[in-house]
This record gives sequence, C-alpha cells and structure tokens, in this order.
Amino acid sequence: MASVTLDTVRKVYLGGVEAVKGASLSIPDGSFTVLLGPSGCGKSTLLRMIAGLETVTSGTIRIGDRVVNDIEPSERDIAMVFQNYALYPHMSVYDNMAYGLRNRGMAKDEIERRVAEASRMLAIEEFLTRKPRALSGGQRQRVAMGRAVVRDPQVFLFDEPLSNLDAKLRVQMRLEIRRLHQRLKATSVFVTHDQVEAMTLADTVVVMSKGEIQQVGSPTDVYRKPTTTFVASFIGSPAMNLMPGRVVGRGMVEIANAGTLAFDAGQFMVGEGDQVEVGVRPEDWALFTSGEGGLAFRREFVEELGATRLVHGSAGAAPIVVAIPSGANDPETRDARLVAKAQAVHLFSSATGRTLRPA
Amino acid sequence: MEKRAIFSGQTLPYLLLLPQLAITILFFYWPASQAVWQSFLIEDAFGTSTQFVWFENYQSLLGNPEYYKAMSVTALFSTLVTVFSLSIALLLAAMADRQIRGALAFRTLLIWPYAVAPAIAGVLWLFMFQPSLGMVAQLLRRYGVDWNPLLNGNHAMTLVVMAAVWKQVSYNFLFFLAGLAAIPRSVIEAAAIDGARPWRRFWTIVFPLLSPTTFFLLVVNITYVFFETFGIIDAVTQGGPSKETTTLVYKVFSDGRLGGDLGGSAAQSVILLAMVVALTAVQFRYIERKVTY
Repeated sequence: MASVTLDTVRKVYLGGVEAVKGASLSIPDGSFTVLLGPSGCGKSTLLRMIAGLETVTSGTIRIGDRVVNDIEPSERDIAMVFQNYALYPHMSVYDNMAYGLRNRGMAKDEIERRVAEASRMLAIEEFLTRKPRALSGGQRQRVAMGRAVVRDPQVFLFDEPLSNLDAKLRVQMRLEIRRLHQRLKATSVFVTHDQVEAMTLADTVVVMSKGEIQQVGSPTDVYRKPTTTFVASFIGSPAMNLMPGRVVGRGMVEIANAGTLAFDAGQFMVGEGDQVEVGVRPEDWALFTSGEGGLAFRREFVEELGATRLVHGSAGAAPIVVAIPSGANDPETRDARLVAKAQAVHLFSSATGRTLRPA
Repeated sequence: MEKRAIFSGQTLPYLLLLPQLAITILFFYWPASQAVWQSFLIEDAFGTSTQFVWFENYQSLLGNPEYYKAMSVTALFSTLVTVFSLSIALLLAAMADRQIRGALAFRTLLIWPYAVAPAIAGVLWLFMFQPSLGMVAQLLRRYGVDWNPLLNGNHAMTLVVMAAVWKQVSYNFLFFLAGLAAIPRSVIEAAAIDGARPWRRFWTIVFPLLSPTTFFLLVVNITYVFFETFGIIDAVTQGGPSKETTTLVYKVFSDGRLGGDLGGSAAQSVILLAMVVALTAVQFRYIERKVTY
C-alpha cells in the first residue's frame, strides 16, 4: 500500500482546454478518497493522470515516494475499475482475473490461489469459466473488482464504477466496495458525480468544480462546513438555499424584503454592512404560522417524499425549499414565518463565494 | 424491428425490382448458364461444328497436368497476396489508430490505391520493374540482382504479388481501422494497467478482438485474388513466363479467348464458379454466427 501525493498538477489538452488547474492533494496510505463533482469538473482526468492514462502537463504525482509522471501505467502498480467494466470480452472470468498476474510472470499455483481467494470474496466462483457477455452488469462489475483485487496493488482507482448499474444494485455494490476496503485497507481513489456514493464511501471527500479542488474534508465537514457556495449547493439534496443578504448587526443578517436571520457571530469574520451570501439547508428551517423574527415565507407548492415533505416557496426575491420530516409541524398556510437556528446559518463572501469562516 | 412497406397494387413492387433483376439475369445468370451449357460442348478449331459431349471437357481438364499447375500457382499466389496484404494492412491500421499528427492525411492517402483499376495498377508496377527501363529494376541491377520477370518465374510472381498486394492493402486497411475503432479504449487501458506492454497488448487483446474482421477479410481477399487480379496478371505477365503466373482465372481466359478451346474454358469457369459459391457460403455461415470470442 502507498500514499498518493499530487503537487500542483495541471492538465491542458491539445487545443488549450485546461481540464485540471493546479490540483494539490495528499491521499494518505490506506484511505478511501472520493473525487466528487459534476461532469466536466476534471475529476476523471485527475484519476486518469494518477493511472498514467493521461500525461501530466505540469506538476508532480507521487505514488509512495516515487514520482510517477513519466512511468508507464503498467509499471505504476495500480489497479483500476472502469465505468464500463472494461473486461476482456474474449477471455473467461478466470482469465480476466489472471491476465494481470500472468503479465507479471507469476507462478501458476500462486495465480490460482489468488483468483480463488478473490472470487470467493466477491462471490463469483461459479462464473469463473464463463465469458463476460454471459454475466449481468453487477456480476461484471464484481469481476472487474476481482481483477483489481488479485493484483494486490499499491492503489485502487475507481472511475465511476457504479454508474452503469441500476439503483438497487448500485446501493448493494456500494456496500460491497466499503466492505472490501475495510477488509483490504488498500489506498483507494474513487471518482463519482453521485454525492450519496461519496458521502457513504469516503474517508475524505474532494469536491471539484471546473478543474479546481473546492474543498477537501470528511463527509461531515463538507456537509456541515462547506467552504464555497459551490460545495454548499452541490452537497446535500435538495441543495442548500442560498440568498443574498447584508450584515446588519452583530450576529444578524438581513434578507431584502423578507426579514432577518440570526447567525453565530463567533464563527464568521464579517463587519456590519457587508454584502454576503446566506446559506441555510432545507432541513434546518422551521415554519411557524406567526411570531416575530425570521423571514416572511410565501408557500407555493409541496413535494411529498414520504419520509419528508418539501415545501417550495420564496422569501423576498429568493426561492426557498423547506424540508419537513413527516410528523413534524407544518402550518400549511400560504404565509408563514421561516426560522433557522443560528448555528445552521452559513455565510459566504458575495464577491468570491468563499466561506467567511476563518480558516 | 422489421420495416414493411405496403403497396396497394401488384405491379409497382415488381416494377421496382425489375432493374436489379434484369442486371442480375443479364450479367450473371445468363452468362453462367451459357458457361454451364458450353462446358458440355466441343467445337472444332474453326468453329464450324459443335458436338455435345457431356463431361468430356471436365475429364480432359482433370487429366491435364497444366490445370494442376494453374491450381498450385493460384494457391501460391493467393496465399502470398492474402498473407502480405492482411499483415501490411493490419500493421498500417494499428499505426494509424494511434492518434498521431496528420493521421487523417495518412489515412486518406492509404485509401487511394483502391481507386486504381487493376490493369492500371499492373501497368504502374510493370513500368517500375521493367527489366531494361524500370527504375526499381535498374536499382536492383545495380545491387547485383539479375532482375528479369520476363524470363524468371519467381520474379514474375513477385511482381504480380506486389501489385496485387499494393492494391488490396487499402481495402483491408479500411476494415482493420474500423475494427480497431470498435475495440473499447478502456479495454486497452485496462490491459495497460494490468501490466501488458504494447506488443503483448496487441497479441493478447487487440488481435483476438479483431478476429471477426480478419476472418471476413480473409474470405474477401481470397475471392479477390481468385478473380479480380486478372487485370494485373494480364497487364504485367500475361500468365508467363512459361505459365508460372497463370492462375485459374487467367487460364480460363487464355484457353478460351487465346486458345479457342471454348468448351474447356467453360468447364474451368464452372469449377471456379463452384469455388466462389463455396467460399461465399462459408463466409455467410460464419459471419452470421460471427467468429465468436
């Protein structure tokens, strides 16, 4: 096992598109790191650079202590699981898994032992003689993971491995990947655009947007303390409500034509009169029929999800979503007061979109 | 999903089929049936009398060592042309598939020879290798090779093989390129990560995955060598020297048109017809099933 270290890694494609703009990241040995972002954010490019499938325009990539920029993928001692599985269609499941070991000239009985062990772990023993086309999507993905596992590599790379599976299978495979990681403790880098995958799998989430790393942190960190408005609106479903506001006093922020919200003044570096972006998660709101303080809320429509109901409406000019757990209080009136706990109010700079929490 | 056109009358569909049917009947069925009929006849040298002789033409053909010589020439010729044109095309396609600068121009240029008529291709090569005037022939002389395809059978064979290969490479190249493009990139990448260097990757992944294309081209190339190389042989060697480059199809022509043995020539073309039917049947059978992997 080994750590992976990126130092201001850039990737500029022919034609000048800058896919990754100077990413620096340290992935500790044995950790499970998820690169998360919308499509086109550069997360796959970054992963492919670690794999050696893309050249690095500038910066350095280290696996362990070794700079791997100019080392062939075959010499990097990594394994990768692809989105479309990328199994060798003309080989049996056994040969698919054994291929990488044979290429390294491993003894036959050792190959047999490893394939047997991995296929037991992944419950694919009964398919060993089949060709990939005779397998279902989930089975194929297990074989692809088996092919990675038998190699016992320094680093596992996953390129959106679950996005071709149906929803139910995806949840199941997610758990299996988690289980596998707990068992093997192998350094893993996992690329996805699905925040639920990221939150459930990761020790560390790396949120990317437009070729830049936005935030690196534990799933709780990126959820509780997003450092940019992008992270705030990308993580969490439905997205965090963002509305322009103005600091009007110590711990008070005003939303135009709606009212004021209290925030934890100790958490943010702001002065009176500052223009800010105010963020509140839908589930952090509470609705009351009357009372002082909070924002004037106008209700528009409701989405019923079973466990929660989403109340859509507006406060001043800002569109607002409120998530109310089933059984909790919903006044169901057209006009209501919207209140949030001071600890649940996030402030971002209007100019840069960065958090106003001191670093 | 099947698409059905609905016609209100009976006439229109037949009318639409008519041109294709007419062409097929006129240029295929009619000459083919003529050949079969003629293969049962013997004409005298001046074409004044004709006699129906059943299978005598076939019997004399199969008893004639010259026919077997033409068969072995054809076997050698088709093996050489097929092997070289397939392997050169595969090599070029593999190189063109890697995205290099100017790949498009490279591909376009490679396709050109296919547009050249066989006879003209033959003449081109004939010029270059003409013993006394040809550029390449002079070059070979300078290096001490006594090049003379007019006298040396091996030289003549080399020359027609080169011309035929040159023409066929572009066709094969196109198909191999398409075949390579159909192999998912990620499979190759997976192999690279699995520790296979380019050469090993090619033989263990790319080549097996190309096998349906290769098989298809193999059949098409054999058919090409059997029939379409006639123009090249006629332009370059006229089957000589001493019938060293007389293939089956050229023998049909030389016996019938030049030798005046219409019955024997017809019998040969019937045998060739049977061969091509067999080849096509094999091809359809396997293409239908796909060469499985």
